[in-house]
Amino acid sequence: MHTRGVPLAERLAASMNEIEGETVPVGAVDIAFYRDDLADGSRPLMQRTDLPDIEGRTVVLVDDVLYTGRSIRAAMDALTDFGRPKQIQLAVLVDRGHRELPIRADYVGKNVPTSRDEEVDVNLIEIDGADEVVLCRREDA
Amino acid sequence: MTGAERTETRPMTNGQDLGAASPPAAAARIDAPKSGLAAGRRHVLDMDDFTREEILGVFQNADAMTEVLNRDIKKVPTLRGKTVVTLFYEASTRTRVSFEQAGKVLSADVINVSADSSSAKKGESLYNTALTLQAMNADIIVIRHGHSGAPHFLARHLDACVINAGDGTHAHPTQALLDLYTIRNHRGNIAGLKVAIIGDALYSRVARSNLWALTTMGAEVVLCAPPTLIPLDFLDGSRSEDGHPFASVQVESNVERALEGADVVMVLRLQLERQHAGHLPTLREYSRLYGINERRLALAKPGALVMHPGPMNEGVEIDPEVAHGARSVIEEQVTNGVAIRMALLYSMATPARRQSERKRKSGRSVDPAQRKMLL
Amino acid sequence: MKSTLIKGGRIVDPSQRIDRVADLLIEDGRVSGIDDRISGPDGGDVIDAIGLIVSPGFVDLHCHLREPGLEYKETVATGTKAAAKGGFTTVCAMPNTIPTMDSRATVDYVLQKARTEGAVRVLPIGCVTKGSLGKELAEMGELAEAGCIGFSDDGNPVADPNIMRQALSYSSALGLPIINHCETPELFRGGAMNEGWVSNRLGIKGVPNSAEETMVSRDISLAEMVGGRIHIAHISAAGAVEAVRLAKERDVLVTCEVTPHHLTLTDEAVMGNAGDGSVYGALTSAAYDTTAKVNPPLRATADRQAMISALADGVIDFVATDHAPHSSVEKLTTFEEAAFGISVLETALGSMMSLVHAGQLPLTTMIEKLTSAPASFLGRTDIGTLKPGANADVTIIDPDAEWTVDADAFLSRGKNSPLHGATLKGAVVTTLVGGETAYTV
Repeated sequence: MHTRGVPLAERLAASMNEIEGETVPVGAVDIAFYRDDLADGSRPLMQRTDLPDIEGRTVVLVDDVLYTGRSIRAAMDALTDFGRPKQIQLAVLVDRGHRELPIRADYVGKNVPTSRDEEVDVNLIEIDGADEVVLCRREDA
Repeated sequence: MTGAERTETRPMTNGQDLGAASPPAAAARIDAPKSGLAAGRRHVLDMDDFTREEILGVFQNADAMTEVLNRDIKKVPTLRGKTVVTLFYEASTRTRVSFEQAGKVLSADVINVSADSSSAKKGESLYNTALTLQAMNADIIVIRHGHSGAPHFLARHLDACVINAGDGTHAHPTQALLDLYTIRNHRGNIAGLKVAIIGDALYSRVARSNLWALTTMGAEVVLCAPPTLIPLDFLDGSRSEDGHPFASVQVESNVERALEGADVVMVLRLQLERQHAGHLPTLREYSRLYGINERRLALAKPGALVMHPGPMNEGVEIDPEVAHGARSVIEEQVTNGVAIRMALLYSMATPARRQSERKRKSGRSVDPAQRKMLL
Repeated sequence: MKSTLIKGGRIVDPSQRIDRVADLLIEDGRVSGIDDRISGPDGGDVIDAIGLIVSPGFVDLHCHLREPGLEYKETVATGTKAAAKGGFTTVCAMPNTIPTMDSRATVDYVLQKARTEGAVRVLPIGCVTKGSLGKELAEMGELAEAGCIGFSDDGNPVADPNIMRQALSYSSALGLPIINHCETPELFRGGAMNEGWVSNRLGIKGVPNSAEETMVSRDISLAEMVGGRIHIAHISAAGAVEAVRLAKERDVLVTCEVTPHHLTLTDEAVMGNAGDGSVYGALTSAAYDTTAKVNPPLRATADRQAMISALADGVIDFVATDHAPHSSVEKLTTFEEAAFGISVLETALGSMMSLVHAGQLPLTTMIEKLTSAPASFLGRTDIGTLKPGANADVTIIDPDAEWTVDADAFLSRGKNSPLHGATLKGAVVTTLVGGETAYTV
């Protein structure tokens, strides 16, 4: 899932290749078309959706942070517009709780309990120049 | 693809010492992608208020839209529940259909109102039409009108967003955006390209919007037409005043000089009314002196793009061989129109309707004392 | 005998070269006298004018009262009330009514309305040609007998040069001026605003300065040839003023007037930015402001400056409002479709005072151009002046009062003003016509 899910998925595929010797196709999906939680006028810049054939296959969605679950729901809508996977699984680096939809991750890097006024940001070398997970408190009143 | 197995998550490390209140490592962190248009852009009235970043943002969104247009099922739910009204006071099948398609692919409800001049003559004023649209709770209105400023009039009186699909001789911003997008797709960077705009600049809303857009993107623009079809203030030296946005535009009355070394040749439509208004002796003479034919096109750079906003008067301003020749991207312009219009519709700040609108994520500032480094 | 004493105001009467703090006594509708300290007769009214300016009532040579025929825009009653609020005690009614004032019957009608419903004095202007169609001369002799102070086809120019020649010649026997709206039709051809950068970027067909200048030069040449008094209505172009200057040096009987808006606004007003210098910036939805659509159009800064200089140095003879009220419907549309005209009477003084406050026009000159100068054009010694025996038409002004223009609250039926929402400094406090209060704040 764009943005930071993509390098994570690539790292996972690379690891799988190293460990199993198998090449797993990696795709990218931008969920902006499918989101229901954007205020009008704050539409993000879109990135290209580029998916291999998913018909009848097991697809693992990869994202950096799992929070309310709405992004995942949007991603599943996007996938089903492209075909009918046999199975969809979810892998996230960080699960910070506060789900608003009945969605759970199959693979979790770390569970980080948070409060609603905190933010979890994942930085990756490919995009941000460093690998780190940052927890911060929101400053707005 | 193998069944995914649980793998050990690899610990992330950084070299930093926990507990040290170090400044944010990635001050240039790419946050949730920046808004494609200026946050809260309500209207697209002309290109004069688009920054370079905004134009590039529209292109990026249009790229994503192109992907959707290439799918088997060309439908995404983004504008579900939104009402887009096309209000065309001037007949134009091509532009209207382009907007209609753009809205429908995004799952908007598209309503076409064709207010031809006869119903306007019946006394339904633009103001009354505006009130009707307001009562319809239209979210986005796409208007084409024969009078400059009609979109601005609607914008003043309506909550809806207004997109200008062409007003009088003033502006045609979506055309300029798709023109520049077409150029970008062939040439990459627009800055530094020599773009020759040939034709009736005085009456052309396409020329005006392209002047704003091209100068914003740093292109070198040459405007070429007989002096009677160039606005007087482009000829009388007033462009040398401080801050004039078109100071760098060259104005030519000789088409060969204008075409020399051009990367892009943009040909404008010439209308018969110009002869009747005394601007030209005949269309024949215009065609002889300014018509774009193969011989003249050879003066431009090899591979120069030939563009035309349409509809064309083949044989007047442009020869058929050029219009349909190898360098013509005229048909691409039409295709790109849908993607560009989708990109704009996607980004409009439509009126808030839901009572409990989720609060926009306001800007975070990172208090170093609050940071906790994990993993 | 009814008396009114105006005490302690700064009396500015250019006709007598008076500018000092003094008292003014009015008896039976006429000015009795000005003196340092007057103790008025018992039982008379007293108006405290301390800190205020006391001026002769303003005289407006160019006003559209719209009655008969266009009462939905304005009537003699509403227009004159607006005039009184603006400090005008005499207005000259332009003849482009329906039917036009090309016959005694219509003139008499207007005068009768003015007598019974008018709040200020109304002087009629007759047509130059029948129906203002520009083809045949109107019966100027009879119109003069009916009280017309001059002739105009305003709204239209007298386009046919031969008709203008004949009109100037014919009217010379009556000693009355031809007031021309100078605009060569073929250069106007469907324009809606000044031709320039603003009209270019807005995509609005422009009217060049030459449209006015060509006809001004023509009329000067004709007036020079046949005699007759030519008066240029609402002059607006720098070149036109130059032509008048040179003609006056040759002693041609040419005069001209300028409006408050051509002295204070430019074509930038159409952009809706209130002239904050951002003529190269992006348009907003406020652009295409139809309240700034007027004929002749608001021109460029250089023209506006030329008008101010020419007014200050006397080439322009006086200020006239060209008050042109329209109903809201006629302005609530696209720029191209909107009617031409600005409702001026109630903001005229505020506009003129902005020039005084900016140091571009002395206060005494401003008052002269609103009072003694138009009065002398009319050949009248009983208005526009505070000489003993003159009509007690008095305008009392607070030069520093700041107020925000609310066009919706205008007394005029015409709410069409580009100054709506603007803050002006200088307001009329009281207007007396023949000693009676026509307006007070």
